[in-house]
Amino acid sequence: MEIMEGSRAVAEAVKACRPNVIAAYPITPQTHIVEEISRMVADGELVSEYVRVESEHSAMSVCVGASATGARTYTATTSQGMALMHEVLFNAAGLRLPIVMTAANRSLSAPINIWNDHQDMISERDSGWIQLYSEDAQEASDMIIQAYKIAEDHDILLPVMIGMDGFILTHVHEPVELCSQEKVDDFLPLYDPIQYLTTENPLSFGTIVYPNTYTEFRYMIHEAMKKAERKIVDVASEFQDKFGRYYGGLIDTYEADDADLLILAMGSVIGTAKDAVDELRSEGKKVGIVKVRCYRPFPAEAIVESTKDAKAIAVLDKNISLGYEGALYTDVKSALYGKNGPLAMGFVLGLGGRDINKKTIKNIVAKADKAIKSGIFEAETEFVDLDLEVL
Amino acid sequence: MQEELFAPGHRGCAGCGAAIAARLILKGSGKDVIVVSPTGCLEVISSPYPESAWEVPWIHSLFENAAAVASGVEVALKSLGRKDEAKIIVIGGDGATIDIGIGPLSGMLERGHDVTYVCYDNEAYMNTGIQRSSSTPYGASTTTSPAGKVSLGENRPKKNLPAIAAAHGIPYVGTASIAYPKDVIRKVKKAISIEGPKYLQIHAPCCTGWGFDGSKTIEIGRLAVETALFPIYEITDGKVTSVKKIKRKPVEDYLKVQRRFRHLLKSDRGEEAIKNIQDIADANAEKFGLDL
Amino acid sequence: MKLSIGSVTKPGSTRINKTGSWRTFKPIIDIEACIGCGTCSMLCPEGSAYKDNVSGKYAIDYDYCKGCGICAQECPVKAIEMVMEEK
Ligand SMILES: Cc1ncc(C[n+]2csc(CCOP(=O)(O)OP(=O)(O)O)c2C)c(N)n1
Ligand code: SF4
Ligand code: SF4
Ligand code: SF4
Ligand SMILES: [Mg+2]
Repeated sequence: MEIMEGSRAVAEAVKACRPNVIAAYPITPQTHIVEEISRMVADGELVSEYVRVESEHSAMSVCVGASATGARTYTATTSQGMALMHEVLFNAAGLRLPIVMTAANRSLSAPINIWNDHQDMISERDSGWIQLYSEDAQEASDMIIQAYKIAEDHDILLPVMIGMDGFILTHVHEPVELCSQEKVDDFLPLYDPIQYLTTENPLSFGTIVYPNTYTEFRYMIHEAMKKAERKIVDVASEFQDKFGRYYGGLIDTYEADDADLLILAMGSVIGTAKDAVDELRSEGKKVGIVKVRCYRPFPAEAIVESTKDAKAIAVLDKNISLGYEGALYTDVKSALYGKNGPLAMGFVLGLGGRDINKKTIKNIVAKADKAIKSGIFEAETEFVDLDLEVL
Repeated sequence: MQEELFAPGHRGCAGCGAAIAARLILKGSGKDVIVVSPTGCLEVISSPYPESAWEVPWIHSLFENAAAVASGVEVALKSLGRKDEAKIIVIGGDGATIDIGIGPLSGMLERGHDVTYVCYDNEAYMNTGIQRSSSTPYGASTTTSPAGKVSLGENRPKKNLPAIAAAHGIPYVGTASIAYPKDVIRKVKKAISIEGPKYLQIHAPCCTGWGFDGSKTIEIGRLAVETALFPIYEITDGKVTSVKKIKRKPVEDYLKVQRRFRHLLKSDRGEEAIKNIQDIADANAEKFGLDL
Repeated sequence: MKLSIGSVTKPGSTRINKTGSWRTFKPIIDIEACIGCGTCSMLCPEGSAYKDNVSGKYAIDYDYCKGCGICAQECPVKAIEMVMEEK
């Protein structure tokens, strides 16, 4: 165990996975990750081709070219950088390239704001990338190693992005246990592509597909996503066997068994929620947590199963689908549809780095309590700590 | 039969200059190449799933990112210890290269990747229906720079990408035309033999977009060169090292045989524009010393 | 046929698409006149004009020839004639 910045913990895991090619473009708060990787390359600790591209669009495009040539690739970005990558993200998934990327989650402009929320990744929800969210630096680091194993599986062959909350996880020093190179080599075999650009078998990649088969190609990606549900769970336990750490499969639960109220959320807010739940439990309140680790593929079944005995659920969204509600809330409700599940409430919070503390969580729990008692939740979506004075 | 690395059966128009360019480029390169193509006519005509005209490994990703994809292929080969397996060539249209992909291209040139970037220049966005690009010549009517009651068509001259490429300090820049096939083949051979980033721009007339009969593709290409509207030269290590000398013809010979310039021949203002085009040709001839 | 992962395709597979059916005019090479220079072969967008290794003269693969007429236009000795396709 060593105290280190979250970004370094991620860089160390990347190094241990021995990527052939890294291509990245700096953007706050992803910078410490790529700076650390650059240092490793400069010091000869990491023998990789590091391409200092001129944009995030090109960062992802370099990964596409390299991955299609049979290389293991890595990049990291956030916010505007991820938005600039947008079309290349869809392209990478459609080409079935197992690229791994860290997203130092940050809000989207305008107004420009460099702090954390999940709008960047949520806005790429439909790109065909597997989306995982991490709770702390250790998980953000360990998930890199798991991500390659998931992505490169021949049944999956999809890219994976791992969210880690910008600043909150990227810039904070925490105790982290790094995985030894030897164990990682053992856990993660070399990338073995099913097809790649080579003169020995000169295939054509990225052909134009007509209406007669486009649906089927999209369906194949969808199927791979579905298979990834199982794979993510399996890899999590394999990782536990090898390294002794476990974060749950598609979801994880905390004090959930007898809970009347369950908080559903993603990312670092889970840590804060756990502290709040501990205190509420000591006051006799039956509150628990469902941590959604995997957002795509969406773990509908696991969510239904884990919430079925609760009276109500409070879904926390660090994003907003403007004109509707938080994206996780929408998805959770659709999973619960027709299942006779609990009363569901949506809370939008923590946008653009707005602090979420124990009190925030307790206020949400109080609101939810009221709704449980009255059987109604008035607000369609509640904007937590919204300052009406300034509006 | 001879080895054909760009297979028949592709969907190019009868007389397609881009298809000729692709064939010639692969004749120059041989089979040990990996080709990257951006979105555009050549990509679409050559890869209708489940078919492909490419006999060499080939990838299309998006419209503006071919240079970045090629950079990725290059570093991957290096990292995987496969550098000797293949040379890397981009074959992309003028829109993909000179407009939307200029950022990635500049990045690729500046970073020094060992890639030969070949632009087949058909002087507009053909795939989407003949819209103007920054490589569309002055006076040409396209679907987004149409000649009209107050317009004489495109009002800007061609962007000079060879000069921009050369300004990156790359070892080799060349222009060529499919009308001189042996020159294209020689330049491709030469480019791929040089280590580092190389840029070639190959004039590839498009019968459909420019408005001439498909049998005239080569003849039109030759006229562009002979009028000095498309000068042929090489820049090695920053210096012009060869030019194709010509017995110059007036630009009208070139303009009058294409629908895209037809409007210029019908009015006083058009006459004025033709003078301007002749000035462009004269300046090219002067700059490169084209006249025999 | 099962779809490939990522819509990857096999090299040269457009050959199943016989574009000869597009033709309105058909190039006919006058073998006597042909000097075997190879211009037609070099410039054909379809790679349809090829050298007959026995005669050293050139011939046309009508499976793919689209009848564009470039070969006839560019033949230095005008050995190729474009004739209306009989359908
Ligand atoms: C980001 C993006 N913008 C626009 C398009 C539409 N588009 C596809 S091909 C093309 C024009 C291609 O022009 P060029 O590169 O000159 O090739 P050509 O078709 O002329 O051979 C355009 C505008 C696209 N595919 N992607
Ligand atoms: S439109 Fe022009 S470039 Fe496109 S296939 Fe036809 S001739 Fe070739
Ligand atoms: S007519 Fe056109 S397609 Fe046919 S052989 Fe001649 S050049 Fe080729
Ligand atoms: S261009 Fe004419 S002379 Fe030359 S090979 Fe072809 S048919 Fe023969
Ligand atoms: Mg074009």
